[in-house]
Amino acid sequence: MAKRIDVSDLDIFYGNFKAVEGVNVSIEPRSVTALIGPSGCGKSTFLRSLNRMHEVIPGARVEGKVVIDGQDLYGSDVDPVDVRRQIGMVFQRPNPFPTMSIYDNVVAGVRLNARKMKKSDLDDLVESSLKGANLWNEVKDRLDRPGSGLSGGQQQRLCIARAIAVQPEVLLMDEPCSALDPISTLAIEDLMTELKDRFTIVIVTHNMQQAARVSEQTGFFNLNGVGQPGRLIEFNPTEKIFSNPDQKATEDYISGRFG
Amino acid sequence: MTTTAPTRPEAPEPEAPAVRTRRGLPRFGGTGLFVAGLVVAGLLTALSGWSWGLFAVYGIVLGTLVTYVGSRVVEGPRKATDRLVTCLVSSAFAIAMVPLVSLVYTVVSNGITRLDGTFFTNSMVGVVGEGGGAYHAIMGTLIITALAALISVPIGLLAAIYLVEYGRGKLKKALTFFVDVMTGIPSIVAGLFAYAFFVIFFGPGVRFGLGGAVALSVLMIPVVVRSSEEVLKLVPNELREASYALGVPKWRTITKVVIPTAIAGLGTSVTLAIARVIGETAPLLVIVGITAATNFDPFDGRMATLPVYAYYQLTQPGVPPQFGIDRAWTAALVLIIIVMALNVVARLISRFFAPKTGR
Repeated sequence: MAKRIDVSDLDIFYGNFKAVEGVNVSIEPRSVTALIGPSGCGKSTFLRSLNRMHEVIPGARVEGKVVIDGQDLYGSDVDPVDVRRQIGMVFQRPNPFPTMSIYDNVVAGVRLNARKMKKSDLDDLVESSLKGANLWNEVKDRLDRPGSGLSGGQQQRLCIARAIAVQPEVLLMDEPCSALDPISTLAIEDLMTELKDRFTIVIVTHNMQQAARVSEQTGFFNLNGVGQPGRLIEFNPTEKIFSNPDQKATEDYISGRFG
Repeated sequence: MTTTAPTRPEAPEPEAPAVRTRRGLPRFGGTGLFVAGLVVAGLLTALSGWSWGLFAVYGIVLGTLVTYVGSRVVEGPRKATDRLVTCLVSSAFAIAMVPLVSLVYTVVSNGITRLDGTFFTNSMVGVVGEGGGAYHAIMGTLIITALAALISVPIGLLAAIYLVEYGRGKLKKALTFFVDVMTGIPSIVAGLFAYAFFVIFFGPGVRFGLGGAVALSVLMIPVVVRSSEEVLKLVPNELREASYALGVPKWRTITKVVIPTAIAGLGTSVTLAIARVIGETAPLLVIVGITAATNFDPFDGRMATLPVYAYYQLTQPGVPPQFGIDRAWTAALVLIIIVMALNVVARLISRFFAPKTGR
């Protein structure tokens, strides 16, 4: 299921503004890859370009190649909707559908795509997805209650359950823990460690300890100044980044010194 | 007791509290002062011959003044300013309520005399003086308004969806601009438009219910577009992105996520748009006309509607005029009741369809 992502010479634009420049990177399957860097350096933008969510914003476009198992995501015959079915995403703020119950939220990806499934299969899918997101025990007695009634951490795990219910190959997470308390954060970090057996996970985080804890590979983004495009400065195994980075800028950022 | 008084300043002063406490007026003290002002104003007015208008002016000025001065003396300037503004805001509210209450009172007291069974079951066929009803006008209003809603709700909703979800650039700006312009169209112009439009097909002097529905739609569409647009904009973008990220196509995201999330607001906006046009008189006067008989067919012939019915009962009440005038008031009352019922329905819609929090 998990797939390798090869990015080459990727430039990302908002209208005429070049937000990210010249990214070359290979993301390994069945591992967690963390992206760190200061605000506004293009981490999230890069992440969103991996499942073509970037182009949802008017005027946004991408140049370069993103290849998943030999298939170019930005090929002219590729439907962005198909890409997003293969590459799931979890957002910074938990965003369960407020009109739907917990159950309906989990099967939203299936239902909204009008795939027909037997009720028993749907039940199984809900159970396995919620178990996969470590939420089953907390909500199994109230699956018909609205998803917005859960706590923030539970909502975020519900969103993860919703994302893995469509059985994507890659899971992108955009600062999934920044709105959560340490206990919920721990629950989600444990979850990532479990999920990486089945998915390729890419996570954007501002929390460097988190990157060090959960990821195998780490990419450091930075930008030279305001109005200039962000760049991938360094991409290395997490241990190396945090102990002996190749670049001075990486070391400065990680140790808290800037400029 | 007097001997103790001089010693008091020498007593060790208690430590200054962290928060300074101030003397305050007792509870309802502000209201009491205002009422005192009102009483003085009442006496003043009574001296110069009683008049409610004069009493209101004196009352507000004196009441506010007494409250402000009293509070300033006892409580200090900051609290006094607070009370002054409270007085002004409350007075403005009271003044704003005067026309509303007076209107409702007048319509109810005049209309209640004919609010009987006959009014709801009889038409005006063969009625010259007493009796008669507005059955035909009530049905006409309901039919024409329902038709108008049937025309404008789909157009308005789809236009709003276009503007929020798809529209961009010059076309969107132009559309928004023309919707705004349409909001300001005088209703008689809408009636003349519908008349001129149907004269092309049916010749001069055409009068029929559907024409009225078209005229009302011209007034209703911009209202539906505007309010639905605001409601759709309130749907958080995160929900759309969550749906896209699941691999859901845009049109399904709109029908399955955006609209269900906004359904309460959309229902309210449609109901309020209906309430807005149901009382329109001028366009219906032009294109629908009036009739004494019940006509259920909006495609053929004149129909009676409540506002036009009220207009004709008042301007051509017959002899003696009292019965016609009574019917006009009752028609106005029924119209107000229908609009109120629609507003209640809008409230209920927004309560029942609002996303549940489940807490």
